[in-house]
Amino acid sequence: MPAGMEASSIAAANGATPWQRARRFADENPAGIFLAIMALVGTALAATQGLDDFGQRTINGFVNGSSIALGAIGLTLVYGILRLTNFAHGDMLTAGAYIALLFNLTLELPFILSLLIAVAAMAALGVILELVMWRPMRKRKAGMLQLLLMTIGLAFVLRNVVQFFAGADPKSLDVNVTDSYFFLDLSIGRTQLYVLITAMLVLLAVATLLRVTSLGRQMRALADNFDLAETTGVDTGRVVIWTWVLAAGLAGLAGVLLGASGGSINPNFGFQLLLSLFAAVVLGGIGNAYGALAGGLVIGLAQEWSTLVIDSIWKEAVSFIVLIIVLLVRPQGIFGSSRSL
Amino acid sequence: MSAVADTLLVAISTDFLTQWSFWIVVGIFAGIYGVLALGLQLNVGYTGVLNFGQAGFMAIGAYSAVILVVDVGLSYAAALPLSMLITVGAGLLVGLPALRLRSDYLAIATIAFSEVVRITAKNARELTGGNQGTLDIELENNRFFVDPWTDASTWIGDNLLDPIGLSGQDFINMPLLLVIWLTLGALAIGLTLLVRSPWGRVLRAIREDEDAARALGKNAFSYKMQSLGISAGIAAIAGWFLVFQAESVNQQSFEPLVTFLAYAVLVLGGLASFGGVLAGTIIFWFLLEGLREIDLGLDGNQIASLRFIVAGLVLILLMAFRPQGVFGKKEEMVLGE
Repeated sequence: MPAGMEASSIAAANGATPWQRARRFADENPAGIFLAIMALVGTALAATQGLDDFGQRTINGFVNGSSIALGAIGLTLVYGILRLTNFAHGDMLTAGAYIALLFNLTLELPFILSLLIAVAAMAALGVILELVMWRPMRKRKAGMLQLLLMTIGLAFVLRNVVQFFAGADPKSLDVNVTDSYFFLDLSIGRTQLYVLITAMLVLLAVATLLRVTSLGRQMRALADNFDLAETTGVDTGRVVIWTWVLAAGLAGLAGVLLGASGGSINPNFGFQLLLSLFAAVVLGGIGNAYGALAGGLVIGLAQEWSTLVIDSIWKEAVSFIVLIIVLLVRPQGIFGSSRSL
Repeated sequence: MSAVADTLLVAISTDFLTQWSFWIVVGIFAGIYGVLALGLQLNVGYTGVLNFGQAGFMAIGAYSAVILVVDVGLSYAAALPLSMLITVGAGLLVGLPALRLRSDYLAIATIAFSEVVRITAKNARELTGGNQGTLDIELENNRFFVDPWTDASTWIGDNLLDPIGLSGQDFINMPLLLVIWLTLGALAIGLTLLVRSPWGRVLRAIREDEDAARALGKNAFSYKMQSLGISAGIAAIAGWFLVFQAESVNQQSFEPLVTFLAYAVLVLGGLASFGGVLAGTIIFWFLLEGLREIDLGLDGNQIASLRFIVAGLVLILLMAFRPQGVFGKKEEMVLGE
């Protein structure tokens, strides 16, 4: 936040009503307020629904949320850096999961190896699409609607190529689905635990990459102001390529992890997740990678927590409702500043 | 397989045996998507509003009409206008907050809205019959909603089509095709006149430069609301036609895919031309369904997938090389940030 803003807001706060002061406080500390609300909701749920139930849903929420966060980071980086609202991002999760499935089931490679191949293949696909589609379109100064509809076309192609070869029926990766670990009265499947640990470690690695490496700083600079970054000598072409490696690779990883922890996948599963990914992205402030990380975890938690109070048939609607509320109340997200709108 | 594709496939493949009736049903879907895309044309092509909630408005139109007739017991003459009013109201309710958002946020927000509508239809079983379709069963037993249409359809068949030799099992869907395309034509003419009016010129001004339109004293927000409201009302008509066609109503017919396909129809015909929508929907649906006719030795799933791969490629190539569509004007395809 710019230094001058603090002084001006203090000046403005003089003579304000408590309500106005509270609003200003909320405007200036959105993340803190949001965290407080989450903690309050969590405490209330734990108190009324029992600690065991609440704890179990929280674990489930973190398992799903960490994978959603992985998917959301790529979506938000691509938006922030290229101003591309990528409706094909969900189907990139699907493609990643099915590539892993191909190597894991059809070619009978170990799961871990299949996962790594899927991530590498998706990263390569991301780069190829940048070179044949997105870079030429940027050169032509394509409009927003033009690019948006191209991503929808790409989504159709990805999803249906998967369906063409793999069929529409649900399929499962070859992972351990029986073993569970117990702690107090809580349980977590072995695969779910590995998924959670993997996702958390990768999230940490990505956050570190963005914060301390030169590449990460350049990515954030591009997301902040593409033209300015280019003028100051950042090799934008190179950074954009690495952005796609990261975004598509993480999408592939998220797809495989969700496929492993969720039990089964079908060609539509990535697209059905797309709005949850958008919810995470918008919640964290579109273009903000740390925001997407937090947003993904919040969406995962919100979906699982909702099942404590309402029928789980409504679970899939929770992220859409979060999305709509955030867009109405605070479209710049909990970490965004109003200037980014 | 995507659920909408499924319902379309089922709807079409039962008639596949006789060529005439197959293409008539294709024409019916082309007409329904044409109606949907006319609304999008007004929003996207003339106002610059990226409405991605068209499937949701269509759902509200379809469900409200059926509920008003079957559950409330209203007559057609009362139920259809009321259903349209409800849908327009939903459009305004969505627009009130959403139209203040930047255009890409608006796109995401309207998709989220349409999915909330669909999931509500799926889960609120007492109201909509949910996935099991108790409302469908009621439709079959009472036939309140479809019977007046069936009577009208029989009358059209006996008095208009029989004399020119279009009768029998092959042409059973011909009356619906006729009504849909007459409606589509009338709507296209009406909307064309509307956008040529001073009101329409304000819409275009907003699309080109909202700030400039504001500076001239035009209430841009109010015009956008009107544009979205009209578009939602038109989507309700598409919803009714869908119920007439299927003689049932199912949430799977209102997935976001429907909106995306309507966008494909829109950009194929070209932005800022209502006539283009009519041409676009014919080209798109006959291309999509014609692909069935080519025998590549594929199974049903692969044929369905291949059709949507082609649809996706058409969308990508069109946007890359001819963003103005087949009939649109290039200078009208400026939709930046």
